[in-house]
Amino acid sequence: MPDTSRPSQREIAGRLLIYGVLLLFVLYFLLPLLVMVITSIKSMEEIRTGNLISLPRHPTIEPWIKAWSYATIGVTNEGIKGFFWNSIRMVIPAVLISTLIGALNGYVLAKWRFRGSDTFFAMLLLGCFIPFQVILLPMARTLGFLGLAESFWGLVLVHIIYGLAFTTLFFRNYYVAVPDELVKAARIDGAGFFRIFLRIMLPISKPIFMVTIIWQTTQIWNDFLFGVCFSTGATQPITVALNNLVNTSSSVKEYNVDMAGAIIAALPTLFVYFVAGKYFVRGLTAGAVKG
Amino acid sequence: MASLVIDSVCKSFGSVEVLRGIDIAIEAGEFLVLVGPSGCGKSTLLNLIAGLETITSGEIRIGDRNVSHVPPKDRDIAMVFQSYALYPNMNVRRNLSFGLETRKVARPDIDERIKEVAEILQIQDLLDRKPSQLSGGQRQRVAMGRAIARDPRIFLFDEPLSNLDAKLRVEMRTEIKKLHQRLGTTIVYVTHDQIEAMTLADRIAIMKDGMVQQFDTPNGVYANPANRFVAGFIGSPAMNFIPVTLSTENGQLAAPLVTGDGRRFVLPVPQKTTGLSPGRDVIMGIRPENITDFQEGMETWGHIVPLECRVKVLEPTGPDHLLYVDVNETEIVCRACPDSARKAGEMMKLAVDTTKPLFFDPQTGQRIDIT
Ligand SMILES: Nc1ncnc2c1ncn2[C@@H]1O[C@H](COP(=O)(O)OP(=O)(O)O)[C@@H](O)[C@H]1O
Ligand SMILES: [Mg+2]
Repeated sequence: MPDTSRPSQREIAGRLLIYGVLLLFVLYFLLPLLVMVITSIKSMEEIRTGNLISLPRHPTIEPWIKAWSYATIGVTNEGIKGFFWNSIRMVIPAVLISTLIGALNGYVLAKWRFRGSDTFFAMLLLGCFIPFQVILLPMARTLGFLGLAESFWGLVLVHIIYGLAFTTLFFRNYYVAVPDELVKAARIDGAGFFRIFLRIMLPISKPIFMVTIIWQTTQIWNDFLFGVCFSTGATQPITVALNNLVNTSSSVKEYNVDMAGAIIAALPTLFVYFVAGKYFVRGLTAGAVKG
Repeated sequence: MASLVIDSVCKSFGSVEVLRGIDIAIEAGEFLVLVGPSGCGKSTLLNLIAGLETITSGEIRIGDRNVSHVPPKDRDIAMVFQSYALYPNMNVRRNLSFGLETRKVARPDIDERIKEVAEILQIQDLLDRKPSQLSGGQRQRVAMGRAIARDPRIFLFDEPLSNLDAKLRVEMRTEIKKLHQRLGTTIVYVTHDQIEAMTLADRIAIMKDGMVQQFDTPNGVYANPANRFVAGFIGSPAMNFIPVTLSTENGQLAAPLVTGDGRRFVLPVPQKTTGLSPGRDVIMGIRPENITDFQEGMETWGHIVPLECRVKVLEPTGPDHLLYVDVNETEIVCRACPDSARKAGEMMKLAVDTTKPLFFDPQTGQRIDIT
């Protein structure tokens, strides 16, 4: 009997090729991050004298402290910390509200279909493909009309509205796979629209909540365009502040401070992916609830 | 328990007419089975009774009350679904109590009720499990338990056994029958399985294309089907349908039969209606058990006619053997006792019971030997 457990030469060669290519990709993606980290803990002196990937001889966290608390951004000298909290304060309500409304929308579109609900859904889908730029002007007019122009809540509102198409799509597709009979059984048991939503649908929605929250958090945190257009000065999100940090460095470019600022701006999304990434994959592949 | 009247009920989805004038009435405590091929509108009718869909026209009465436009929760019905539809996030106990909690039943009464129901269905040990931790049969029991817990006036079952394997299905069928005998509650039960329909029902409504083809007792639909569809749907193996041209033999109305190898036999036909007349082309329906092996002395019974045929295929089933033979260029199946059944290719003398054949119009499929 041939020994099937030992791979042949060809298989080994194939494996090596695959791992080789993967390693190349890893380097390609990680090298910039490595350069950023290295640069962010070098002094300006070292940056000027050394090369891009040489390791720091005297590591320092000074650039991080500067970026965080006293770098010049626009007209202030208080670093990016205020803008970091701006983003946090903006992301939390925007994500929670858009996700909850999306869940309710998805529940209606999947389980309480009405005349024209398919058309409604098709139009909503279109919303996922509308580029940011297209809605800037109408949105500015709308915000002005609502008296929310250039305000914190105005930006939150923009993110909620823009995110609804996605969150609704996510939840609708998840709830479509939930058997209709579950809703029928609950109706016969005397439960109404909201009781069914709260007691039956929400408790089985954890996977899709994770997906939607991760999606919305990264989208809203990383957004730059809406932040630039719909907020000013002290209410701006961190992405805009980072841009200003890099652009307002007066005489010399402080690469180490810029890099530290960029990493700080990226930390929350990295954190979300590392902590909840597995739920993202699991949630995307989770099907209907059995039983 | 309550009586149920379905009075000229129609249902359309958009322009599609799914139910076209359904009339059914049962007494309190009766077991009604809706049976028919898939897509004939059984589930739709059940959903109308439950109030999950709204009727397009007609009227539904439970007891003395017109419930046509009453929401499901106020109809005092409970339903068991094909997929069981247990709430996946709740354990069995919460599944059973959900409907009672919604109706604001007092906690001690709920606990009492759950204890009773769990005992009736033998699910005491499962109360703290989630539905995903149950086998198919156990889920089925819990689904029934959820229906029973509410003590409704009518139970509605939508193909509750079709997700179970064959053995469990037969067991649960008997359990449902016992449960009905014990609780005495009116039941409407949907199935596409005619054996389930026959074994469970007090009354059967056989449906096709959104219409009731026949509404009768199990014996009624079996012995006296209203048309060719019902005759073919009920009974397994299905009734044989043989095209014949009626003739007169020795002054009596008769159905001539020609076997696969050219022998001619003549079946006397009792002339019950004017629909049967010499020269008319008709479809003769006869069940497999009415064509059996010819035994010594049968010729003296008076209503048995011998039929000698070549056996094409022999299928043993255990208690009896199924034989396939050709008559009037149609393959028919007969049921014979294992000892006297012949092998394929051999000649065999069969006995046809002349009191049994039914006659159908070849075009409309309606019975023509009853008035
Ligand atoms: N909500 C609906 N919208 C449109 N057509 C439907 C709907 N529900 C059922 N139908 C149609 O009605 C017919 C009967 O369906 P159903 O009552 O489920 O049949 P059965 O339970 O006998 O298999 C089918 O042709 C089905 O496609
Ligand atoms: Mg059905």
